[in-house]
Amino acid sequence: MAVALETVGLVKRFGALVASNNVSLQIAKGARHALIGPNGAGKTTLINLLTGVQKPTSGRILLDGDDISDKTTHERVHLGIVRTFQINQLFGDLTPLETVGLAVSERRGQGLDWWRVVGSRPDLISEVVEILDRFHLTDVIDKRTAVLPYGKQRLLEIAVAIACRPRVLLLDEPAAGVPEDERHEILAAVESLPKDVTVLLIEHDMDIVFSFADRISVLVNGALFVEGSPDEVARDARVKAVYLGEEVADA
Amino acid sequence: MPPPPIAIRVATEWLSARARWQPLEVVFWLVAFSAIWLLPERHLILTEIAWLGLFALSLDLILGYAGIISLGHAAFFGLGAYTAALLAKYGIVNEPVLAMVVAGLAAAALGFATSFLVLRGSDLTRLMVTLGVALVLRELANRYGWLTGGADGLQGVTIGPVLGMFRLDMFGHTGYVYCLTVLFILFLLARRLVNSPFGLSLMSVKGNPLRASAIGISVDARLVAIYTVAAGYAGIAGALLAQTTAFASLEVFSFDRSADLLLILIIGGTGYLYGGLIGAIVFKFMQDYLSQLTPQYWPFWIGLVLVVIVLVGRERISQWTGPFRRFAAHLSWRTLRRRLTVSPGEGH
Amino acid sequence: MLTILFDGIAYGMLLFVLASGLSVTLGLMNFINLAHGSFAMAGGYITVILVNRIGVPFFLSLPIAFLVSAAIGFLFERTLYAHVYSKPHLDQVLFTIGLVFMSVAATDYVMGSSQVFVQIPTYLQGQFEIAGVGVGRYRLLIIVLCGLLTIALQFILAKTRFGSRLRAAVDDSRVARGLGINVNWVFSLTFAFGSGLAGLGGALGAEILGLDPTFPLKFMIYFLIVVTVGGTSSITGPFLASLLLGIGDVAGKYYVPTLGSFVIYTIMIVVLIWRPQGLFARAASR
Repeated sequence: MAVALETVGLVKRFGALVASNNVSLQIAKGARHALIGPNGAGKTTLINLLTGVQKPTSGRILLDGDDISDKTTHERVHLGIVRTFQINQLFGDLTPLETVGLAVSERRGQGLDWWRVVGSRPDLISEVVEILDRFHLTDVIDKRTAVLPYGKQRLLEIAVAIACRPRVLLLDEPAAGVPEDERHEILAAVESLPKDVTVLLIEHDMDIVFSFADRISVLVNGALFVEGSPDEVARDARVKAVYLGEEVADA
Repeated sequence: MPPPPIAIRVATEWLSARARWQPLEVVFWLVAFSAIWLLPERHLILTEIAWLGLFALSLDLILGYAGIISLGHAAFFGLGAYTAALLAKYGIVNEPVLAMVVAGLAAAALGFATSFLVLRGSDLTRLMVTLGVALVLRELANRYGWLTGGADGLQGVTIGPVLGMFRLDMFGHTGYVYCLTVLFILFLLARRLVNSPFGLSLMSVKGNPLRASAIGISVDARLVAIYTVAAGYAGIAGALLAQTTAFASLEVFSFDRSADLLLILIIGGTGYLYGGLIGAIVFKFMQDYLSQLTPQYWPFWIGLVLVVIVLVGRERISQWTGPFRRFAAHLSWRTLRRRLTVSPGEGH
Repeated sequence: MLTILFDGIAYGMLLFVLASGLSVTLGLMNFINLAHGSFAMAGGYITVILVNRIGVPFFLSLPIAFLVSAAIGFLFERTLYAHVYSKPHLDQVLFTIGLVFMSVAATDYVMGSSQVFVQIPTYLQGQFEIAGVGVGRYRLLIIVLCGLLTIALQFILAKTRFGSRLRAAVDDSRVARGLGINVNWVFSLTFAFGSGLAGLGGALGAEILGLDPTFPLKFMIYFLIVVTVGGTSSITGPFLASLLLGIGDVAGKYYVPTLGSFVIYTIMIVVLIWRPQGLFARAASR
C-alpha cells in the first residue's frame, strides 16, 4: 500500500491538556479515509498539526515519505497538502472568480507578479472557470463572497482547496451548517473529487461517513481508538459505547 | 468537460472591467495636469497637495490593501526628507530627481528593516511599535543636531535644477510640475501593483490571513514586500517636501503628521488608491481655511472633524462618496452590456 | 546612585497611577484610549487653578482633582465613548486622537501654552538626608501616596464585590452579562475611576513631569508602553512595567544624557518583538 500521508507518534500538549496523544496514522494513496470521534476528541487539533497551523510537541509528519514536520503552512500547501475549514474561511470582499483565480495563480507560482494585470491570461481564466463550473458556482462567479448563500460558500471552500491541486485533501466537516436543501450539492461535490487525490474526511454525520469512506479511524481523547473498514467500525461495540457515553473498557 | 463559453466570457469581461481605467479617473488626471496652465496662482498649495497625496497613497498601500495600522509612517517620510535635504546641502547629489530616488531607497531600506516588527502582535502592538520607530528617529535627529540642524531645522539647503534644466522657483511652478509628474508615475506603478496577482494576494491577506496561508501564500513575505514599497513611496514624498521648500526640520517625524495622514485617508477612503489623493485635496483646503479662521488652534477643528467622522461612521461617509464610485462603475457596466450584446462571432 | 533609584521609583509609581486606568480600560473593553493623558492633564490644571489661584490647600485639591476628572470621564464615557466601543480599532484610535487634539488646543486657548507649576506647600519642598542619600520630600510623598493607592487598588480588585465583577467582565464580558452583571455600569464606573486616577496622577505629577497643554501627546507613549509591556490582565504587570520604565528613564537620562528617551523607545520595541503580548501578561483567552 502506497502511503500518501503518515504521522508518527504525534503529540500535542497545551500545558497539562494532551490534545493529541501519540497519534500514528497511515493514509493510503487515493484513499477515502474518514476520521470520526466525539466532540473534543482532538480532530481539529490533528488537522491543525497536519497543516502546520500548530506545532506538535513531538512526533513527525510524512507526506509521500518526506518529513514535512518543519514546514510552514504555505510551504505545505505547495507540497500538496490542503485543507478546508469547518467554519467557512473565505475572502468576504472577493468574488469566487478572484478567490479561485488567486489559488490557481499562487499554485502556478505567479503570486509575486506585480506587473501583470489580473485576468490577462486566458488559459488561467479557462482553468478557473472550469473549476467553478465543476462546483456549480458559475452563476455566482462575479458576486461578492459575503453575499452568497451558505451552501454556495461551502462549495467555494472546497473549490478553492481543489484549485490548489492537492495530493492530500483534508476536509473538515464539509457539510457542517449547510441547510437540508443544499446538502446534496456538497455531497455530490465530495463524491466527485478526483480519484488520485487522497482525502481525509472529518465528519460527524455517519450517513456521509459510511457512504463515502473506505477506511475509518476513530479518535477519542486525542488518541487513536479504533481503526478499520466501515463494516468493522460499525460493528465495534466499543465505538458505540464511546458515542453513547458509556464507560469504556480499556482497549 | 470544457467550461461553458458564456461563463468564460463573463469572467473575462468582469476581470478586464476590474482594472480598466474609469472615465472619472481620466478626468481627475486631466484636471490635475491642466492646473499647470489654468491655476498658476495656486501652484504652491497644489505642490503641497501633490506630495501630501503621495504620502497618503503610501499609507493606503499598507492600511487599505494590507490592513496594517501604522501611527509612525512619518518615520519614512522624515527619513526621505532629511536624506534629500542633506544630499543637496552637502553637494553629494545635486540633481533633485536622483536625490529623490536615493531618498526613496533609503526609506525603503528602513521600511524593510522595520517590517518584521509589524508582522506579529495585535493592532495595539503594531501601533506602539510603529509609533516607537518614528519617535526613535525623531530623537536621533534631535540628538545629532550637528547633522540635522536639530530643532531649528536644516538651514542653507540649495536645490539644483530638476534634470539639470528646470530651476525650482519660489512660486511653485516648476515644483508643481515636478511633484505632479512624480506622483503620477508612482501612481501608475501602484495602480499596476494593486491590480496584479500580487495585489490580489495582499487583499486576501488583509481579508483573511488564515485562509491566505491555507492557499499557499506566504503572508509574512507579502507584508514585508508591501511595507517596503510603501516606505519607499513615503520617503519620496518626504524628499519632494524637502526639495520644494529647501528645508527639513524635526517636525517631519512628528506624531501630528502621522495623525493628519490617518485623517486624510478617513476623509478620502481607503483601498481604492484615490482616497489619499482626494483626502489630501480636501484636507489641505480645509486646513487653509481653518488656519485663516483661528491660526493657532486649528488642531482643535481637525480633532473635532475626526471625532465627528468616527461618530457618524466611516461607512456613511463612504456612502457619500459612493455616488461618484457608482457613477464610475455604471459607466463601465454600460460598456459591459454593450459588449455582451455583440454576437458571439465578433471577438474583442 | 540611590537618589536616582529613589527618583526613578517615584517616577515609576506616578506613571503607574497615571496608566493604571488605561490598563484596566484596555483589558476590560478592548478599547485603545489614546486620550487618557487628557484626563491626567485635566487633573493637573484643576490643581493648578485650585492651589495657585483660589488658594485651596494642596492636600484638599488632590481629591477634588480626582473627583472632577472622574466626573468628566463618566460624562464622556456615557455620551461619546459608548458609541465607539463596537467600532474597529482604527476608528477608536482616530476618535481618541481627535479628542486629544481638541483637548490640547482647548487647554492652550484657556490656559495659555507655557508650562505651569503648582505652588506646593513649603514643608514638601526640598529634601532631607537618610543615611547619606538625598530624599526629596515631594517625591517621598508621591511614593507613599501611590503606594497606598496601589494597595487600595489591589484590595478593591481582589476583595470587593465590585472588584470580582470587574475581573469577571474583563475575563469574558459575555459570560459576565449572562451571570447578571451589569457590564455597562461596570464599564462606566471603571472608566470614571480610571480617569479619576489619571487626574490624580496629573495633579501629583504636575510638579515633577511638567504641565503644559501638550502633556497628553508627550506622555501618550509612556502610558502605552506601560500598558503594552505590562499587559492588561493584572495590576502587578503594569506596576512592574511602570517601575522599570520610571527607573530606566531617570537612569537613562542621567547616565546617558545624549540618548535620552531613545533608550526607552528602543527597549520598548525590543520587548514588543520578543513578547508581543507584554512581559507580564497571561496567555490571553481573546
